[in-house]
Amino acid sequence: MKNRVVCYFSAAQSEQPIIYQLIKDYDLVVNILKADINPQKEGYLVVELEGKREKYKSGVEYLKSLGIHVEPLSETVVWSEEICIQCGACPSFCPTQALDLDRETMMVSFDNSKCVICGMCLDCCPTRAIKLYFEVREAV
Amino acid sequence: MAYQKTYEEINEKIKRGEAVVVTAEEVIDIVAEQGLEKAAREIDVVTTGTFGPMCSSGAFLNFGHSRPRIKMSKVWLNGVEAYAGIAAVDAYLGAAQLPENDPENKVYPGRFSYGGGHVIHDLLEGKEIRLEAIGYGTDCYPNKKVDTVIKLEDLNEAILFNPRNAYQNYNCAVNLSDRTIYTYMGIVKPNLGNASYSTSGQLSPLLNDPYYKTIGVGTRIFLGGGIGYVAWNGTQHHPNVLRGENGVPKVGAGTLAVIGDLKQMDPNWLVGLSYIGYGATMAVGIGIPIPILDEEILSYAAVKDEDIYCPIVDYSEGYPYGKSIDLGFANFKDLKSGKITINGKEVISTPQSSIYRARRIADTLKEWIKVGRFELTKPVASLPSADANIEFKSIPERNPNGNR
Ligand code: SF4
Ligand code: SF4
Repeated sequence: MKNRVVCYFSAAQSEQPIIYQLIKDYDLVVNILKADINPQKEGYLVVELEGKREKYKSGVEYLKSLGIHVEPLSETVVWSEEICIQCGACPSFCPTQALDLDRETMMVSFDNSKCVICGMCLDCCPTRAIKLYFEVREAV
Repeated sequence: MAYQKTYEEINEKIKRGEAVVVTAEEVIDIVAEQGLEKAAREIDVVTTGTFGPMCSSGAFLNFGHSRPRIKMSKVWLNGVEAYAGIAAVDAYLGAAQLPENDPENKVYPGRFSYGGGHVIHDLLEGKEIRLEAIGYGTDCYPNKKVDTVIKLEDLNEAILFNPRNAYQNYNCAVNLSDRTIYTYMGIVKPNLGNASYSTSGQLSPLLNDPYYKTIGVGTRIFLGGGIGYVAWNGTQHHPNVLRGENGVPKVGAGTLAVIGDLKQMDPNWLVGLSYIGYGATMAVGIGIPIPILDEEILSYAAVKDEDIYCPIVDYSEGYPYGKSIDLGFANFKDLKSGKITINGKEVISTPQSSIYRARRIADTLKEWIKVGRFELTKPVASLPSADANIEFKSIPERNPNGNR
């Protein structure tokens, strides 16, 4: 199985070689997507963990046993109207019409509630007006 | 051709604030309702607009001298090299230039997050730009290194000079292969997954004056939010191509070289772009007024999307390897509707050129003319037109050692 999670650390926990352990002892593929770790304060790590279901579960248990707070990752897509030049390309790539081109005004708009965060639109925007953000709450 | 107007007459009306100005979209209904003859008497100017990626763009910059003086042999702006093989502190910054050490397509498809077009946009936004330059040192120019921070206002001159803009018509790109391709026409999905097109169709400058009867050397235009001029025909200007009965080219044809003072332009209308897997470039806003001198000129300016065709071209093999694969033509009415039909298959159409912004340019130019801020210019020389005998050449394959 494969899952994206956010791990929240306290200052002391950031000393632990957790990535090494996850790979070595739990046989997981660990892909770090984003990190903010600093020995002086709390931090977080956004990781993709991939491996056998049992190993995955015990890997997450191991993290929790260290007192690390593990949560499923929530992502959000943000469209910046100020950066967008209304080229009209992105709606062709959006499967849900979250990004939509009004054929009268030829203006693109974005409806977050329709977005399924498939990521299809991210690469097609020449002004990088569409971005994917990881939602990470303030460190615990 | 009974009724005729002159540039002078139109400019007199502009000065008096009485000129009748409409956009290239508005003119369509007016001609349909009133007929050509009446409308040609009524209308003085039709405004056009286009806003899309135009790689052949850039700016000549003069930095002023350092103390001691330097003859710059290499110049970088925010790490993006500008061509310095001209006088001491002059350089040309190209829109498609990438920063030194850009990963390019080493990790495919590359991101191309920053380039010359982005630097031009940042200059217009008034941002500070790092200027680095080196020289080899001469008696008259002893300095060998400059490393400082500049803003647009610090430059003596900043002249936007784009050698090829406003392409009269362009390919509609599709992908017949089974893998996604990353092109200057954006992402093109496999197996005819989408059809990517550019140009603003019935709003586009050269599609409204297909034989360049009014647009020529010296024509005053809207350029990058300010005022510019047509300097010459653009590179790859190839007017003697296949045309429809209405005179409109059915393939890429004429182009314009345009020039203007960058300092009076606006960052909204010159925007750095990043095409994944392809490179960096710049979106340029251009609007050109067409003086309605007679009915014939009006009939061209009243062209409709459904009467403008562009060729459908395969960008997986056909375009890159120069293979001819006949996929027919698409018209702009269908393209703008969001779907076209290719070989019986319905295909999503993906614009690259902003119609919304093209309309805003045509509207802005209309306002400028109406309030007397912008007068028309008669070209000082014509551009080569459909009767020219221009050959579209390729690089010759010859042996540099001379033994053929
Ligand atoms: S992430 Fe997917 S659903 Fe959301 S806007 Fe982009 S393409 Fe549409
Ligand atoms: S691709 Fe980017 S610039 Fe173009 S319409 Fe979509 S968000 Fe705007």
